[in-house]
Amino acid sequence: MSKIESGYIKKELPKNLGKTGLILLIAGGILSVLAYITDPARASFSYLTTFISLVCLGIGSLFLVTLEYAAGAVWSVPFRRISEFFASAVPYLLLLAIPLFFSMHNLFTWMNPEVVAQDKVLQGRMVYLNVPFFITRNVAIFLIWWLFYLLLTKNSRKQDESADQNLTTRNIKLSMAFIPVFAFSISIVSFDWMMSMTPKWFSTIFGVYLFADSTWLALAVLTLAAVLLTESGYLSPKVKRDHYYSLGTLLFAFTVFWAYIAFSQYMLQWYGNLPEEIIYFMHRWTGGWKYFSFFLVFVHFIVPFLILLPRRSKTNPKILIFVSVWIIAAQYIDSYWLVMPDMVNNGFTYSFSWMDLAFPAAAVGLVILLFNAKVKKHNLMPLGDPKLQRSFDFHL
Amino acid sequence: MTDKKLFGVAALFDSPDSIVNAAKKIKEAGYNNFDINTPYPIHGMDDAVKAKSSKLGYITLFIGFSAAAFIMSFMWWTLAINYPLVVGGKPYFPLPAFVPITFEFTVLLGVLSTVFGMIAVAFNLPNNSHPLMDTEYMKNVSSDKYGAVIEAEDALFEEGKVKEFLKSLGGHSIELIYRPEEVKHKVFEPKFVIFLAIVAIICAGSTYITLNKLMYITPFDFMMNQKKGSAQAESSFFSDKHEMRKPVEGTVARGFMPYEFNGVADTNQFYGNPLLPTKSVLELGQRKFITFCSPCHGNYADGSSRLRSQFPPGPTLHSARVIGFSDGKIYNIITNGQNVMPSYAYQTTREERWAIVNYIRVLQRAQNPKPSDFTAISEIKKESGNVQN
Ligand code: HEC
Repeated sequence: MSKIESGYIKKELPKNLGKTGLILLIAGGILSVLAYITDPARASFSYLTTFISLVCLGIGSLFLVTLEYAAGAVWSVPFRRISEFFASAVPYLLLLAIPLFFSMHNLFTWMNPEVVAQDKVLQGRMVYLNVPFFITRNVAIFLIWWLFYLLLTKNSRKQDESADQNLTTRNIKLSMAFIPVFAFSISIVSFDWMMSMTPKWFSTIFGVYLFADSTWLALAVLTLAAVLLTESGYLSPKVKRDHYYSLGTLLFAFTVFWAYIAFSQYMLQWYGNLPEEIIYFMHRWTGGWKYFSFFLVFVHFIVPFLILLPRRSKTNPKILIFVSVWIIAAQYIDSYWLVMPDMVNNGFTYSFSWMDLAFPAAAVGLVILLFNAKVKKHNLMPLGDPKLQRSFDFHL
Repeated sequence: MTDKKLFGVAALFDSPDSIVNAAKKIKEAGYNNFDINTPYPIHGMDDAVKAKSSKLGYITLFIGFSAAAFIMSFMWWTLAINYPLVVGGKPYFPLPAFVPITFEFTVLLGVLSTVFGMIAVAFNLPNNSHPLMDTEYMKNVSSDKYGAVIEAEDALFEEGKVKEFLKSLGGHSIELIYRPEEVKHKVFEPKFVIFLAIVAIICAGSTYITLNKLMYITPFDFMMNQKKGSAQAESSFFSDKHEMRKPVEGTVARGFMPYEFNGVADTNQFYGNPLLPTKSVLELGQRKFITFCSPCHGNYADGSSRLRSQFPPGPTLHSARVIGFSDGKIYNIITNGQNVMPSYAYQTTREERWAIVNYIRVLQRAQNPKPSDFTAISEIKKESGNVQN
């Protein structure tokens, strides 16, 4: 099989990028350790916030990869490798979760035997909410994700050399298997790490909420990287505005999807007004959190919606870069909104802390370093993919 | 027919690639008034003809916003201002509950306006007579061919040149398309009036049949038509033809006490009063007497009627005759009435009637006291310590 003329030349990313990543990781990392020493309780909440965003990025990127295979998408082929690189955060999730496993008593009221002893409802939930089961299932989920990541990326990279079409077929099968596993596991993760912080609260749509967030974040990060790389000539010159447009449209779609899911969850519980359900929103409606909730709607929905609404903005690289940076920040704000108001459940009072910036800084550094290392080692485009030529021909 | 005005020159192409290529070349050649017709949207066409983005989106945006504003203010006015209703303990204007409706309405009107806007623009409404209609060319491009038309209005248009040009691009079945003759139509075309009349009859008729006939066919039955006997109907099942059944003979309702003196001719022989004249019984008797008896017999049963001769005044109940009545006799009079005095069986219960009898006895004793009553009263007064001789 003849190689496709892609116009891609393997280059290393600018040295500054790696340096920035390293500085962020080291500075953020030191501050984070310091945070854990000075105030372990506050630090664990702050860490969880960042951890959730990192989970969203890693698993969302892996989902985008599998989505391309499963749906037989053509236009996204030049960008697939970028998502694969971002998915390389997945293997680290297990490692990063270890400090959280040790600070579970700070995060979850159901760890407190005194609270449970007084509460019949909680006693009933102890079948599911107990430490051994919690750790087992989460470790299992992270391992399964890791496995899928390994298999998918291995096949994809092998194809660069061999251009073997069977590898695509194999990855399609893997993706078909991954998607239901993903749907199930992301629900478990969302229930365990966030819903169980308000142990008596329940919302069946919560897994979908995290799914919306993770895909949104992964898309924004992909868009940012894809546009930056294409504009500065690291990717093939054959990538066109039509490809940008598709990225922008997906971003727009998931902006609306999140709003839809978030509003559905809110409206049903607001209407039912049952004590065990509404408590979640009461925590997000008292004091300053009320303004934060309004702010979230503004940041997470209204602004990206209005920016991405006109057709022009979906093909304009500057606007796309701006909006994806905005979305990355907005997703972190959403994680913050999901985690922080629940501090009251454990008797802590919330106040803003410098830690809330240290952890994400370290995470950004980590992601940059991982990406940089991957770019050094592997091709930035799936050069052997049979769909590559068709994706260059892609037109609106 | 030479008086026909030329609209343009059309050509057919066989593949999507050739039409994209042709479109690009036509644009490059400097033509501006031309159109491409394909059976389905073709990727890359926008780029090839350098199409400006459609203005249709603004219609959608405008109508969408108007729809949202309208439906919000509509719900606000109807549910919070004009006829405020509390629904599910929510405020009169529950914003979250209105969001889904607003959303649906916005989408509905947005979509409809887009579709109708598109049709209006494409059909050049209200003129519905595009020159391309009913041409061989249009028949082809709406099934399996791809076509391009260069219009005569274009500055560069020259019939021969354009024909050659289209041919050189790979087009075939070159067709000259003329503008349709302008025909003035009468407003009241008889055919049209008849058509309207038929539509009116069909609409009215089907509405009538639906509302008056179809709605009465099961399963659209009304609730009043049920498979059970109704109270006044004739029964086809019971031999006495009564749909409504009577209770079995001798049945007594719970808590019901039958009238003791049924069939007794002289009730004066019954002295017994089942209620003792306790304070609560007398108070009950007083209340009921004031309510039911005092209008005719006076507040103190002395016959001072308040009815001002509108009804034969009730006699005094302090007469030796009534004092001589047994309790059973008075009870009987209340229950069954006596001459013009009506029965009070429905207004009062059994207990209340016996209580009234007890109260009448108290009134009578107060009018005809015994000497022992005075000593009893002065003793009571002495005990309470306020003697006033
Ligand atoms: C609508 C006016 C009216 C009312 C109300 C009324 N009565 Fe009479 N009552 C009469 C009249 C008139 C007579 C005389 C009937 C007759 O001519 O025998 C009468 C007769 C009587 C007699 C018999 C008197 C006698 O000398 O024969 C008694 C006892 C009596 N009423 C008790 C009552 C009691 C107790 C009530 C209250 C439950 C009552 N009545 C309410 C109009 C009334």
